[in-house]
Amino acid sequence: MTDLPHSPEQPVVAVETSRWKTFLKSDIVWSYRHSPVTIVASIVALLLILMAVFAPLLAPYNPFNPATLNLMDGFTPPNSSSFSGKYFALGTDSQGRDMLSTIMYGSRVSLFVGFMATLFAMVMGVGLGLVSGYVGGVVDAIIMRVADVQLSFPAILIALLIFGVARGIIPPNQQEGAAVWVLIVAIGLANWAQFARTVRGATMVERQKDYVSAARLLGVNPIIILLRHVLPNVLGPVLVIGTISLALAIIEEATLSYLGVGVPPTQPSLGTLIRIGQQFMFSGEWWIILFPAITLILLALSVNLLGDWLRDALNPKLR
Amino acid sequence: MHSSLTRIAAVLVASTMLAGVANAETIRWARSSDALTLDPHSQNQGNTHTLAHHIYETLIGRDNDGSLTPRLATEWALKDGDPTVWVFKLREGVKFHNGNDFTAEDVVYSIERAKSEFSNMKQLHAEVQSVTAVDDHTVEFQMTGPALIYPNNLTNTFIMDKTWSDEHDLAVVQDFASGASNYSVLNTNGTGPYTLVSREVDVKTTLTYNEGWWGEKPPVTDIEYLTIADAQTRISALLSGEIDIVQDVPPQDIERLSNTAGFKVEIGPENRFIYFGYKFGDEPLKSSNITDSNPFNNPLVREAMELALDRDAIQQVVMRGQSIPTGIPNPPFVRGWTEELDAYPAPDVEKAKALMAEAGYPDGFSVTLDTPNNRYVNDEAISTAYVGMLGQIGINVTLASRPVAEHSPIILANESDFYLLGWGVPTFDSAYVFNDLIHTKTELHGTYNVGLYSNPELDEKIIALGTMDDMDARDATVAEIWDVVKADRVLLPIHNQVLAYAMREGVTLPVQPENQPNMTTVTFE
Repeated sequence: MTDLPHSPEQPVVAVETSRWKTFLKSDIVWSYRHSPVTIVASIVALLLILMAVFAPLLAPYNPFNPATLNLMDGFTPPNSSSFSGKYFALGTDSQGRDMLSTIMYGSRVSLFVGFMATLFAMVMGVGLGLVSGYVGGVVDAIIMRVADVQLSFPAILIALLIFGVARGIIPPNQQEGAAVWVLIVAIGLANWAQFARTVRGATMVERQKDYVSAARLLGVNPIIILLRHVLPNVLGPVLVIGTISLALAIIEEATLSYLGVGVPPTQPSLGTLIRIGQQFMFSGEWWIILFPAITLILLALSVNLLGDWLRDALNPKLR
Repeated sequence: MHSSLTRIAAVLVASTMLAGVANAETIRWARSSDALTLDPHSQNQGNTHTLAHHIYETLIGRDNDGSLTPRLATEWALKDGDPTVWVFKLREGVKFHNGNDFTAEDVVYSIERAKSEFSNMKQLHAEVQSVTAVDDHTVEFQMTGPALIYPNNLTNTFIMDKTWSDEHDLAVVQDFASGASNYSVLNTNGTGPYTLVSREVDVKTTLTYNEGWWGEKPPVTDIEYLTIADAQTRISALLSGEIDIVQDVPPQDIERLSNTAGFKVEIGPENRFIYFGYKFGDEPLKSSNITDSNPFNNPLVREAMELALDRDAIQQVVMRGQSIPTGIPNPPFVRGWTEELDAYPAPDVEKAKALMAEAGYPDGFSVTLDTPNNRYVNDEAISTAYVGMLGQIGINVTLASRPVAEHSPIILANESDFYLLGWGVPTFDSAYVFNDLIHTKTELHGTYNVGLYSNPELDEKIIALGTMDDMDARDATVAEIWDVVKADRVLLPIHNQVLAYAMREGVTLPVQPENQPNMTTVTFE
């Protein structure tokens, strides 16, 4: 009797501790702890994201401020001092930008575009998927056929198409300012179909369940039923697709920028850096392409591994 | 049975091999961007002319040393007793690719077409009052005055077949800026050494030797002309043996290519300068945060911009030594160039900042710079570098980098506030620069004066140049115009280009100063 687990004077803490303990004992944590690859991937991803988010505080130089650049510092090799006497750990690119700082700022652009595009695709895909699965009939058929058509094209092609159309619509002197947003919309629109398909399937299953029927009988507004009751129950797979989509969106942004249709060269993303760097592969300035490429690989790979793990951990059949 | 089959096969193989040795020399030639159109008078642009020179011909050609050579015209002279008339004797026995005879009426038709609306070549023929066919092989050009250097203006004006053109309704030149098209944009009928076999815009154009050509048969009989926008892909294609000649070699690859066994690089100065242009006039800029005035219209701002431009740094780092910095939009090849004009100020950021403050822009301003990214050597890198330099004096530049096919229409529609462009001078005379870049933009002149600079006093002098009969007086007027152009900073010249052609060992394509090499000049070892 005296060794009660929780003393009555601290009931709140007790509940929290027990929740935390429950979480620690959950399947997800167990699976995380027993997957060294996932632990490494999550640390790498976290470091890269922190590096990007806090770039203005961490980076030794601000490569996006052209006023601080000295062209004569261009092509400084890694770990050496430049023409103007500055030290550059990873060398400089053709414009005299510090590679390390440029990569940190470039990851920011890449991650921002990746997150926003995934969010865009998620909101659009989940929304359409819920409607499609819940309403059914003609609406379902139309939405799903559009998704089918879109899934039969490579996402990058759709993104290029949307990018091209946007360039045609936006007046020339506003294109550069809008470039990042156009990229986000282009990549987002190219990726919504996956979300829609998954959510639609899950919604159709949930729709048959008693709690939904009960809510309907009570006369609850269908929008409220979808958002408050159905949505939370279909979020698991959305999370998985979202993570993998993020990795894909980062790669797609890099590909578009590599093709020269992405962000302006004065504010390079990782893909733009790789595009600039590959001009100097033959002439021996290897560091201009190598470091951004490694960063991109690490970023995409770690996010992808996290997505894979999440899929396995949330899917009881694979356990 | 078996042996006879083998024998037939052997003969077939031998004959194809013999044929291969005897006449099929294919050159696979790659450059960064394609001809903009095949309509011979629609675009006055280097890549477009380069391809057209293989298919069409001009009355007069230009040698690699800059001298004029006979082409479709064999002789030309001012008419006895009338210095306002040029008489051209035409080559006899020349046929167009479709078999039609080349006669004086084709010349009359072509020059009139080149003078018509939408033609990009019309400023070259502004002094032509009328063209008349005296007989089948003599043409007279009535000029508005004594136009001494006029034959220099004919080296890029191609002669079309009147009958063929009438059949296909080609009287109106393609209006390129508005995206119009006509039959001649993809179909050709010239008198040139090669005929068009196939064309896939921005990908590949194939040409084959025109057996009826009047000239001596060149070693190259078939041409595959490829557009490979990416420099590294272009160089890789050369290294892997997919192509024989790369016309646009990035400076950073020259050293490595020269040191690679089996390849060589031909280098020579080009008759072309690269410059930045800006919008004149009181109207506020479209891309600027200053909405009540045009900062570029202020001479102090233009001076500050020149002082911010570190030409030597661009030459050393961006161009790796492969350029000749210049202070005047005029290459040394051109009559009217002087060393004094060519001088440029040393960069001075402090003074530039002071000038910006004096001009009323102590906090600078923002603007968009439009740059092509596949037209000139390292064009995007030059612009990126200048964005950094302008940042140091408070001018906050957004860089809009586009392929030349997108860049050109924006520029030509006067849509750009601030742009990078290059200009070659095919006439080797200053008047060509004045007519197109300095003269107020009108029907006939100032086609590429897209900054809309306008100085009526200069306009008068520029027009007068066309019909001056005293060469010394003309040179003096040219010098006067240059002094104003330099003082006003109408354009901001960066450097003259240096050309580098890379090719596999065994093939030689000499550098052509206008960067319009002709595959007829290729030799094999």
